[in-house]
Amino acid sequence: MLRLLPGILVIVALFGGNARAGGDLSAAEIARLSNMVRQDCGSCHGLTLKGGLGRPLTVDQLAGMDRETVRDIILFGIDDTPMPGWLGLLSEPEADWIARALKTGAIQ
Amino acid sequence: MMRAGLGIVALVFLTAAAFAAELRGTGDLGVVIERASGSVLIVDTSTHKRLARVEGLGDISHASVVFSRDERYAYVFGRDGGLTKIDVLEARIVKRVVQAGNSIGGAISDDGALIAVSNYQPGGVRIFDTRSLNLVADIPAAYGGTNSDDGALSKVIGLVDVPGRRFVFTLWDAGETWIADFSGGDDPELTKIGDVGANPYDALVTANGRHYIAGLFGEDGLSHIDLWQADPKAERILAGYGRGEAKLPVYKMPHLEGWAEADGALFLPAIGRHELLVVDSKTFEEIGRIAVHGQPVFAMARPDGRQIWVNFALPHNDTVQVIDVPTRQIVRTLKPGPAVLHMEFAPRGHEVWLSVRDRDRLKVYDTMTFERVAELPAQKPSGIFFTARAHRTGL
Repeated sequence: MLRLLPGILVIVALFGGNARAGGDLSAAEIARLSNMVRQDCGSCHGLTLKGGLGRPLTVDQLAGMDRETVRDIILFGIDDTPMPGWLGLLSEPEADWIARALKTGAIQ
Repeated sequence: MMRAGLGIVALVFLTAAAFAAELRGTGDLGVVIERASGSVLIVDTSTHKRLARVEGLGDISHASVVFSRDERYAYVFGRDGGLTKIDVLEARIVKRVVQAGNSIGGAISDDGALIAVSNYQPGGVRIFDTRSLNLVADIPAAYGGTNSDDGALSKVIGLVDVPGRRFVFTLWDAGETWIADFSGGDDPELTKIGDVGANPYDALVTANGRHYIAGLFGEDGLSHIDLWQADPKAERILAGYGRGEAKLPVYKMPHLEGWAEADGALFLPAIGRHELLVVDSKTFEEIGRIAVHGQPVFAMARPDGRQIWVNFALPHNDTVQVIDVPTRQIVRTLKPGPAVLHMEFAPRGHEVWLSVRDRDRLKVYDTMTFERVAELPAQKPSGIFFTARAHRTGL
């Protein structure tokens, strides 16, 4: 059961998820967000998201955190660490898309 | 006979690399990191031309480069722990080793014999022979803390070379600065300086190799070490420079560079603020601040010290500002394009090259007229490194 679960989540994210978050964002916006994650989040987390001054953002590393938590960290940051809140540069749907894409390995 | 000899030499170069069709020096050449594609461009700063692309360097996001004393070889430090030696003239990889899991930068010793790489994973510094890239020494950044990913190894930042076959670097997790002295051979003598401050994120050394300054993420202030003292100590400078003011979210860590000194002052990015801090380079007291367009990432003095060029973190990273040093006024605001990541001056400063990542362009400006004199395509360019760095301390 546990083994199946991540697979199901991926499917939900790819299909069910796209209908919600992906449906609100255009292909151009998704390309822009992917570029931002790789290039700008990548300043600290690495271009391949395997970590740097910031922790790795790979699918494995984020497995223990639900999507909402990842989204909230993106929007509000983590106190007393270099992780800033990106609210103001990113909208909630955008942060939600990034959280989902990080958790499913869907960053282009 | 002389003529024939030269002809043969020229022929060898012709076959070795397309661009080296005749004997040439490397003093006006440079290397540009193309971060997303794992490649570098070899550029000619006299003609503003791309000479060649070298591929196969791995993950070179946040890559930096140092040069051999003869300015022929470039050593590229990649994010993925890769250390790559490139022959700039032949535009090829001479050797590549993956020496760690996650790296942040490096330095070359004053005698040109040793390369040092600072690593996040495993936390520490590794030293290599510049000819063979064989390991010479391994210095794990063991400090006994608990908040490091490696248990007791710290991520290492702010690695620089200083005279006397020495390297200086700082432990992000431990707030310590270490000096590794290789003057006695390949087994370094280590000096550890404590109480540097909370979360030092980067450091610079002045061009004479004397003053080592670390920026602190976890404290309002910077840390200064006078390396000319017999028993060097870390002392806080500009403590509380942002007191009472709300710090802005920091979307990109500033970089501290040895280029920051001009006219008896250091111009340093203030973290979390739209300001440059101006520090007296003898007393290390604050002597001014300059309000700028966004959060500074690099503040770099033109080699003559007359101007400071500043680029910015998101969301202001489409802009570059130029400060006139004597008046401390912003004399020009340029909009080169989205995501200006780095700037590099020609050795005597008549031109500056900018990498405009999200436009896939390099732009070259005349620093007197601010006119754009050239524009070259490049794939997601980041760091730009000219060979003249070979003869500067601490870059």
